[in-house]
Amino acid sequence: MKFLSDQALERLRDGAERPDLAGTRYHLLERLARGGMGVVYAAEDGKLQRRVALKVLDVPGTDGDLANRLIREARVLAALEHPGIVPVHDVGTLADGRVFYTMKFVEGNRLDKYIESVASFPDRLRIFLRICDAVAFAHARGVLHRDLKPANIMVGPFGEVLVMDWGLAKILRGGVSSGAREADPEATVFEKPNQTNIAGDATEVSVVTGHGTVMGTPGYMSPEQARGDVEHLDARSDIYALGALLRFLLTGQAEIASVPGGRRLDKSLAAICAKSTAAAPAERYPSVQEMALDVSRYLDGLAVGAHRESALEKAGRFYRRYRFFILLIAAYLVMRVAILLFMHR
Amino acid sequence: MNQEDFQSGGDRFPPTRRSVIEAVRSIDVEERERALEALCAAYWKPVYKYVRWRWNRPADDAQDLTQGFFAELLERELLERFDLKKSRLRTYLRVCVDSFVSNEDKAGRRQKRGGKVLHVALDFAAAEEELGATVMDPALIPSPESLEEFFEKEWVRSLFALAVEDLRELCVARERERTFHLFEVYDLEGNEKISYQQLSKEYGISVTDVTNALAWARREFRRIALERLRELCGNEDEFQREARAAFGWDAK
Repeated sequence: MKFLSDQALERLRDGAERPDLAGTRYHLLERLARGGMGVVYAAEDGKLQRRVALKVLDVPGTDGDLANRLIREARVLAALEHPGIVPVHDVGTLADGRVFYTMKFVEGNRLDKYIESVASFPDRLRIFLRICDAVAFAHARGVLHRDLKPANIMVGPFGEVLVMDWGLAKILRGGVSSGAREADPEATVFEKPNQTNIAGDATEVSVVTGHGTVMGTPGYMSPEQARGDVEHLDARSDIYALGALLRFLLTGQAEIASVPGGRRLDKSLAAICAKSTAAAPAERYPSVQEMALDVSRYLDGLAVGAHRESALEKAGRFYRRYRFFILLIAAYLVMRVAILLFMHR
Repeated sequence: MNQEDFQSGGDRFPPTRRSVIEAVRSIDVEERERALEALCAAYWKPVYKYVRWRWNRPADDAQDLTQGFFAELLERELLERFDLKKSRLRTYLRVCVDSFVSNEDKAGRRQKRGGKVLHVALDFAAAEEELGATVMDPALIPSPESLEEFFEKEWVRSLFALAVEDLRELCVARERERTFHLFEVYDLEGNEKISYQQLSKEYGISVTDVTNALAWARREFRRIALERLRELCGNEDEFQREARAAFGWDAK
C-alpha cells in the first residue's frame, strides 16, 4: 500500500472538496467562502449564462441533519421573496451525493467592510432600516433568522442590502411553506410575542438545535439563544441581534465598549440599542417594526420611544431639528435690533 | 418537492456498508470477524505508530503490542463496551491502547499474539518506513492534544491509503489503469511542475480527457473514502464529525 505524505493528504483533501457538477447546468468558477455546513462557490449557469452562487454540503447524503438544514434553508429562501433577501434559484443533489442549492450571485461587500466607507450616521441608519425591512418581512412570514451579524449582510454596488445565510433560520408554526417545515426534522415551534398563534394548536415541539449545541454568534446571540433555551425563542431574539448590529454600525462594536474612549453614542440611539439588547426579552421591542419606527423617528429628529428626554434634551433636539429656521429667525431678530439701534442713534 | 427528489441515482452513490460497531455486536461470527478485519485494516498502522511514538517502544515490542491489542479487542469484547454517546470510536480506541500498554507493562507480559485472530496482513516494515518519513518534532512533549492530533493524522493517512488502494483496484477492474496513473502522478506524487498539458502529451490524450479522468478519480476517491469512513462510525452524527475531521473541513 502506498505511503501518503502530508502533502499528498492535503492534495487529496483539496481534490475531494471540489463539488462534482457533472450532469448539472453549472460550471465551477471559484471558491468564495466556507461556512459551517459547506462551501460556497461562484458557478456559471450554462443554460441562462449567468453567474450564480452555489452552496454545497461537505458530506454526501440527503438524510442527515446538515442535508435537512440546507434543503430547509433553500426552501425558506424560496418562500421569502423580498428585495432584501437573497433569492434562491435551484436545489438538488450532485452526482457525488452532496446536497446543493444555487442563489443569486451577490456582488458587493459584507456589511462590516462596507461601512468602512460610510461615514455618516444617517446613512448607516438608513442601511439598518433596510435590514429591518427584510427581517420584519421574514418574521411576518413566520421565520426567525437567528444569526444576524455583519458578516451575513451584503451591500450591493447600488446600495441594495441583502440578508444572507438563513442556515440557522427557524420556522414559526403557520409560517412559510409546509415543505420548508417538513424539511426540518427538528422544527421548533415558536410563539410569536403578542400575537395569536396562527395554527391554533399551540403545541410546542422544542429541541435544542444541533443535538444540544448552541448555534449562533457570540455578541449577536440573545441570552436565551446562548442558553439553548430554544422553546422560548421568538422574534425578540432577532431583535437582540439587530440591536447588536445597530450598535456595531454606530460604534464598530456589537457590545458596549468596556474601555472608555470609544465612540460616544447619542442618548436616543444608545437607548434604542440598550432596549433592543435588554437581557430580558420582555424589555425589548416587541417587534422589528417598532424598533425600526424608533430609528426612523430619530432620523426625522423626533423623540424616540426608548428614551425619556429631559427638558434640556427636548430643547436641544428641537434646535437640531429646526436649526435652519431658528437661525433664520435669530438672524432676522438680530438685524431688526441692529436697525433699531442704528435709527435711534 | 419530496425528500425522494433529492436522492441521487443508485449508481452514483452506492448504499453504505454496515457499521463495524453494529457488526461487531452481531451474533453472526463471520460478520463479527469481517468487522474486526475492517477495523484492524484501518487502525493497525495508527496504533502501531502511536505505540512507537507515545510509548517510545522499539519496533519488535510495538509489533507485539499492536497484535496483542487487536487480539484483546476481540477476546475481551472491548468494542461491545464502546458507548457512542461518550466518545468517538477513534478516541475510544486510543484510550484502550493506552490502557492495554500500561496493563501489559504492569503485568510484565510480552507475548506474540494475534496470529490466530487477525486475518489482515500487517506490514510492519512498511509502517516503520512510514514512521521514518513522518515529520515529527523530537522535542515535542506529548501532550493530550498532540497525542490525539498524532493519532488522528495517522488514522486519516491510513484511511486515505486504503481508499487509494480501493481506487486502484476499481480502476483495474474497469480497465481504467491510465486514469489511476494520472491520479497517482498529479494528485499523489504532486509534482507541481507537471501540468494537464504535459500529462496530455505524455499519455497521448486531450487535455479535456485528463481533466475528466482526474475529476472521475477524485470523485471516486472521495466516495470510497467516505464509504470506508461510514463503515467505521457508529452513527450518522459521528460520521459527519469524522468526515469533517478527516477531510479538514473544520480547519479550512
